This record gives sequence, structure tokens and C-alpha cells, in this order.
Amino acid sequence: MRILVVGGGTAGTIVANNLSRRLTGEIRAGKVRITMLSASDRHMYQPGLLYVAFGQMTPDQLYRDQASLLEPTIDFHVDPVKQFMLDKNQVKTESGKTFEYDTLVIATGSRMVPEETPGMSEGAEFFYTEASAIKMYKKLREFKGGKVMVAVGVPHKCPIAPVEVMFALDDFFKARGIRDKVQLKYHYPIGRLHTIENVAKWAKPEFERIGVDTETLFNIKEIDAKNKVMKSEEGTEVDYDLLIVVPAHRGMEVIERDNLGSGGWIPTDRYSLKMNGYDNVYVVGDTTNLPVSKTGSAAHFQAEAICENIASIIKIGEPVRDYDGKVYCFIEAGHEKATYAMFNYLNPPDLKPPSKPMHWFKLSYNHMYWTSVRGLL
Amino acid sequence: MSETKVIDARDTFCPGPLMELISHIKHVGVGDVIELLSTDQGSAADIPEWVKKVGHEIIGSEQVGNVWHIKVRKAK
Repeated sequence: MRILVVGGGTAGTIVANNLSRRLTGEIRAGKVRITMLSASDRHMYQPGLLYVAFGQMTPDQLYRDQASLLEPTIDFHVDPVKQFMLDKNQVKTESGKTFEYDTLVIATGSRMVPEETPGMSEGAEFFYTEASAIKMYKKLREFKGGKVMVAVGVPHKCPIAPVEVMFALDDFFKARGIRDKVQLKYHYPIGRLHTIENVAKWAKPEFERIGVDTETLFNIKEIDAKNKVMKSEEGTEVDYDLLIVVPAHRGMEVIERDNLGSGGWIPTDRYSLKMNGYDNVYVVGDTTNLPVSKTGSAAHFQAEAICENIASIIKIGEPVRDYDGKVYCFIEAGHEKATYAMFNYLNPPDLKPPSKPMHWFKLSYNHMYWTSVRGLL
Repeated sequence: MSETKVIDARDTFCPGPLMELISHIKHVGVGDVIELLSTDQGSAADIPEWVKKVGHEIIGSEQVGNVWHIKVRKAK
């Protein structure tokens, strides 16, 4: 059995490590071989970028060597896939090699596409890459006062990030002693403050408490960087002194190029996590087209379900569980407090009041991630 | 020729039906129809509100069992 994992982010790394442990005996006996193809020899803890944007972490703290995170039995190559040939059970890589598989796991992830919104790259700050997070921090450091506008593209990775940014901005400007010179305003695409109703209900009084203005049904259409004006699809516009956006995302280019899924999102069965139409292809993490949060946490729980099933199919010939839509998101709520949202397909989250221990847990998780991604936690 | 694309947003709290519609409508052509399936009882109100505000068109909305089938034509 040749298992090929494409992608070395959170989802792919957990899948490869988890499978390697579950199938130790089969690997030693030469019955199973796990191969990973990744675009990078480094692994980034992506949630840390928000801390970089606010000067609370430095970029070097976000990286580990990918090889150091993987079980030694995994055959690891820094050689991204150039072409998927699903009908032949093969992929072709950038280096020109062809890899064959019996089971394929696609975990190629997503990328922000600010260039698809006119003026966004020139006129706005964001924090979804190392360079943009550092640039945003420099802009925040230079800021002396005025209108700070926050807006959100769709779809995007980490649905809680826009809410967390508001609390972080409030804390940041208070710490610099200029909060009274700063107007904070939050814009959101749908008719409430967050897509999760209970998060929206919780955020409303919290935003009022810290003095955040809000506008809903606001989808970014274009940004006039020269005149510092942001226009919405809904016909409104706002002027700003500093604009922070969560850019819209797409899946990776190779997914679209090979017509595996519109927008780079692969049509996936919500329970088995198999690619529609293919019994030996699984999709995990941001790459799916599922109506599930694009977060490391969703990737983690999906990866566990996939690994249990691939291993059980090898051992007993049958899968043993469905993915139930589980997601767990920390929510940094400012003033060194945090809460969390945990939900699945059928049960909405029930938010608890923010607390300091939950914030400390989040800070701890920033380090525990490396245990998690090794498949140990 | 216009096409109809079905988006299954049943049983989802995040990103939710309207966010799914906003995401997918970017990737279809003007004149194409998206049929959104939703179990969120708020969808029957908040989706038409957004569609009207942006200038697209609701061409059908019915509840079958506990699932709303809302058809939206991209108008621009």
C-alpha cells in the first residue's frame, strides 16, 4: 500500500505522522509506505502571524524544519505537485518526477489573494504572510491616531481572526497611550458581527465596551489607496487612515489548473472526507469545499478521522468513523483574556465568558502546536 | 447558456450559508444560478436581504422539510 500525502502544512503533517504511528508494524513489514510531498522544507505555525503583526512574536518563533517534525519512516520530499493524474493514480512534481499511489491525501491548503480586489495590495495591511505581518506591525508602530478600519474578504482562513484583531488593536493603542486618538471600526460581510451567531451575540456588547464601531453587510469591492477610501459591493464607502483587511482566499493554483475544484476547493464528502468520485483520494484541511471553518483545528480533527479510516481499512477492510464537523477555535478577547468556540455539524458553540486561564492555555498552545502537528496530542 | 450550481450549506455554523453564497457567487458567470441549501432558519430572511442590497436576484425560495432551497441569479 503506497500512501501519498501532498502538502506539508498542519493537515498533511498530522496525517503523515498519525498514519505512521498507526501503521508502524505494516511499515516495518514493508506492506505500507508513506510519502510526503511538500512545497517547503520549513513548517510555519500560521496562527502566530497575528502575534507578529502586533509585535508579540518574532517570525523565527513560527518555524521548524519540516523534516524534524516527521516520523523517520516517512519518505519526505521538498517537491511540490505540478500535476494530479487521478485516473492513473499518479502525480507529477515540479522536479519532473512521477509518484504513484494507492491512496492519496490532498492537503495543499489555501492562500490569500489580495491582488483580486482592486487596490487592496497597495492600500491595506494584512497579516497572512510573514512579510505582510511585519509590514502591518511597522504601520501600527508609526500610527499616531485617526481612523482604523477593519474589513473582511470571503472566504478566508481563520474565521475568528477579524474579531481577535479588534481586541488586539484596542489593547495595542491603549498600551501606546493613544487609544483616545484612534477610531476603531469593524466591517463584516453578513448581517451580524460574526458568521457564528453565538460569537456575534457575544461580540456585540464586547465591541461596545471597548468602543468599536461596526457596519455589517459590507463586502469589500475596491480600495482607492491614493485617497484612502474603501468601497463595498453593497454601495457604501468609508474613508480611513489605516486599513486592515482579512483578504479573500483561494485554494492552491494546481487544484484549479487541474480542474479539481472551483476556486481551488475540491468537492469533498462531508463525512468520509473522500474526494467526490474517487474512492482512494482523501481531502483534508483548507483544500476541501466543505462548509467548515478553514482552520488548523478543523484540519486536525479531519486528519484524525482520515487516519483512523485509512488504517482500519488496511487492518480490517472497513472504515470506522465519520468526520462530524468538529472545530475548536480559541478566541483572544483582549486584556489577557480568551474564550473558545467548539462546535460540529449539529451543535452550535456555547461561548463562555473570557478568562485569563484560557488566554494562558492559548499561549501554551502556541508551543504545544509542535506536539500536536507531530501527531502526539 | 446559464448554469445552475448547487451549494450544500446544510448543518453549518461556520462559515454559514450566506458566507457560502458570497464565496461561490464570485466564481460563477453573470446569469448563472446558485441554488443554496440551508437548514439555518435565518437564511430565508438574511440571504434575500443581502441579494437585494448587492443587486442580484432571488428567483426561488421554498422550504422542503427543514431545508431551505434558495435560488439566486447573479445579475452583475
